[in-house]
Amino acid sequence: MKKLLTVVISILALCAALAMGNAALNQHHGQGSGRLLTIYNWGDYIDPALINKFEKQTGYKVDYETFDSNESMLTKIRQGGTNYDLVVPSEYTVQRMKREHLLAPLDHRRLTNLHYIDPQFLNRSFDRGNRYSVPYFWGTLGIIYNDQKVSAGDVQHWSQLWNPRLRNNLMLIDSARDVFAMTLIAQGHSVNTTDYQTLKKAQDHLKTLTPNVKAIVADEMKMYMEQDEAAVGVTYSGDAREMMSVNHHLHYVVPSEGSNIWFDNMVIPRTAKNKEAAYAFINFMLEPQNAAQNARYVGYATPNRAAKKLLPKKVTSNQAFYPPARTMKHLQTYRDLPLKTLGVYNDLFLEFKMFAK
Amino acid sequence: MRNKTLFIIPYALWIILFVVAPLVLIFYQSFFDISGHLTLSNYANYLTSSVYLKMTLNSVWYAFLITLVTLVISYPTAYVLNHLPNKQFWLLLVILPTWINLLLKTYAFIGLFSRTGSINQFLRFVGFGSHQLLFTDASFMFVAAYIEIPFMVLPIFNSLAEISPSLINASKDLGANQWQTFTKVVLPLSMPGVKAGIQAVFIPSLSLFMITRLIGGNRVITLGTAIEEHFLTTQNWGMGSTIGVILIIAMFIVMFITGEAKQKGGRTR
Amino acid sequence: MKKRHLTWSGLYLAVVFVILYAPIVYLVVFSFSAGTTMENYHGFSLRHYADLMSDTRMITIVFNTIIIALLASLVATIIGTLGALAIKDTRGKVKNSLLSLNNVLMVSPDVIIGASFLIFFTMLGVRLGFISVLLSHIAFCIPIVVLMVLPKINELSPTLVDAAYDLGATRWQAFSQVVLPAITPGIWAGYFMALTYSLDDFAVTFFVTGNGFSTLSVEIYSRARQGINLEINALSALMFLVSLLLVLGYYIISKHGGRHHRVVAVKEGDVQ
Repeated sequence: MKKLLTVVISILALCAALAMGNAALNQHHGQGSGRLLTIYNWGDYIDPALINKFEKQTGYKVDYETFDSNESMLTKIRQGGTNYDLVVPSEYTVQRMKREHLLAPLDHRRLTNLHYIDPQFLNRSFDRGNRYSVPYFWGTLGIIYNDQKVSAGDVQHWSQLWNPRLRNNLMLIDSARDVFAMTLIAQGHSVNTTDYQTLKKAQDHLKTLTPNVKAIVADEMKMYMEQDEAAVGVTYSGDAREMMSVNHHLHYVVPSEGSNIWFDNMVIPRTAKNKEAAYAFINFMLEPQNAAQNARYVGYATPNRAAKKLLPKKVTSNQAFYPPARTMKHLQTYRDLPLKTLGVYNDLFLEFKMFAK
Repeated sequence: MRNKTLFIIPYALWIILFVVAPLVLIFYQSFFDISGHLTLSNYANYLTSSVYLKMTLNSVWYAFLITLVTLVISYPTAYVLNHLPNKQFWLLLVILPTWINLLLKTYAFIGLFSRTGSINQFLRFVGFGSHQLLFTDASFMFVAAYIEIPFMVLPIFNSLAEISPSLINASKDLGANQWQTFTKVVLPLSMPGVKAGIQAVFIPSLSLFMITRLIGGNRVITLGTAIEEHFLTTQNWGMGSTIGVILIIAMFIVMFITGEAKQKGGRTR
Repeated sequence: MKKRHLTWSGLYLAVVFVILYAPIVYLVVFSFSAGTTMENYHGFSLRHYADLMSDTRMITIVFNTIIIALLASLVATIIGTLGALAIKDTRGKVKNSLLSLNNVLMVSPDVIIGASFLIFFTMLGVRLGFISVLLSHIAFCIPIVVLMVLPKINELSPTLVDAAYDLGATRWQAFSQVVLPAITPGIWAGYFMALTYSLDDFAVTFFVTGNGFSTLSVEIYSRARQGINLEINALSALMFLVSLLLVLGYYIISKHGGRHHRVVAVKEGDVQ
């Protein structure tokens, strides 16, 4: 009996020691004090040097936490366990957060650097007048291809993905909205289609793509495209950039007939404790110097017109990442669709995946 | 008798909270659609949509193939192991890989199977050229079978080990050759182990979901994948639960068919 | 004749063992490669171990995984042992139905366990994270403990306990000085099995985790999807070492308690 008790106590002690170890490892989060700014952003989505610079310049202490999907971020904000002062959601999530009254309206008088943003990225449909959000980075959905396996001319348009020559050589991103977006555009419809018949027709069309589909994957696509596992993939511009930096045979195309354009935006949650610091940070990040430095580090397209001018010509003239005006005209943003419609998208997509076998 | 009541309280609580309640809840949830309305539409959808029925058949077919492959590899393994000196030690070596995290083993196969991976390097080296290995049915089934082999070897080994050597000697004394002894004596007597093994492999194979994605490239959708999708991606818990109920029914059918095995060769003995 | 038979079967067994261990060896070998991919070996280096040691997130997760495993197995062992003692005193129908209920979680696919627990926690309003994962692990570890302890209790002769009472032992004394020592090997086996179940679980945790809490399996899943990273290989090698030690410890304990292969057989239900 005594022996068992000793064992139980030592197990508990071991757990306590491990928990303390964890606490020590994650200690660098400064506690309390009105000088703390808690930021909640995507992983690896800011130049760490900028955080240091901000801390030095303003005297605020930054606690930087990361998430890996809009949904998980949203759950955490809704749950309200932590008070974040600044969050970076994508546009359709901004819309949802607005609807759920999770955001604080922005005081434009305090956004002294907003004028640096290219007007074409302001006043977008997901947040008219930018009442709640300031653009951080933007990007597109497009086609990545390997020039050893296909020629550029074969992958300029969505409809070309249906070409039988790509048999078993295409990777799709595992996301209902994105796969439907490309199909709907190929058929000349809006990426925000809610009509069931149109969606059903899109699904029928999608099913004919099956012989070409090698795999429907998420983050893994980066690794597979880098390793020449497939000739063509449908992916986001940011991921494409990462793949291209590893494998120089990869190229990225935004079809001129249109695609999805997305924005990640800085917002201030209603529960923010230090709005003062949040405004300071937004203005800091809008400074052309800082925005350009961040864009160089992260590699996504910046909506900051003044910062873009500071970037190397080689980057900003790359039409894959800064598409020409005629393509920009055809890019569409996702609207936050009703739950029921999203359900339809997901069901049809799941059916397609089952069919893909 | 106060003591006894105290003993049973935490255990009874566990049964109510974590065995009965979740099963009841999954059944209950299957009657709600995505907007939270009480409905039978999930079942109607399942039974009338050819997609779900086809997916179920497909899933059963794959589970059958995986079980078959596993059995074909495992039976001879168990048989040979049983004739070795130090057989408990060798058995432990078969079981050891199950102590390695499942995800790590799957991850290793991604590296082995990729286009530039070791197997393709080897194939090129011996002059067979490189082949598409990832995202094929064959690789999916191979990895699934790989993971399940120990769970099939064990019960078969146990039931083989229980066969009294005197029975085999008797069979030989009566003039049976090795093959006859095997088919007439050893095989029938090891059937409980085979049944237990099938039970231990078939049900998990129906509900695989991680391997379908990592190795199968989401082109094989099993009942498990569909449940995971509905719960974690599409948030359509009603439909996910409905498929869950179907899976539970499938589980009972398998247990019924391989039923008597549980008493003899299996895990709870 | 006999000899040839042996060589063929030996060859077959060798092939099976090669297949069983190939992925593990592969992971371990490349963990020492100086390169960054699992394509070509670039010479010996410990840099991936160094990376692993400086990866606070990974270390935190390893600690979390161990805390969950130790705590869940401990609680499960206590509840399971009490349950086994209670089951022992029941008869007939009650006993059978208790045993069947006990086995439900053993035979249910992990997807079902995970999904149903997720519904359950959501309805109760339990925050997904450490607590929900811990509760789930306790829940699916209990039945194994019961199955490990029960045979030991059945072996215990009632006359022994009676003798204790005759000698003037109180109920507590009889329990702590006669029953408990006799079933301790079963309790140990139960604890070890629970530990391996918890350490190995992916599917259930995947469903019920949230709010940034992660265990090793879940973390490896998300990292494996981002590409080959030899830091994971280094981790695998370390975990293989730990598994070896665990198995060794377990082997010694069960040798001590005798008839170990029955104990091992129980791990069956735990694929996926």
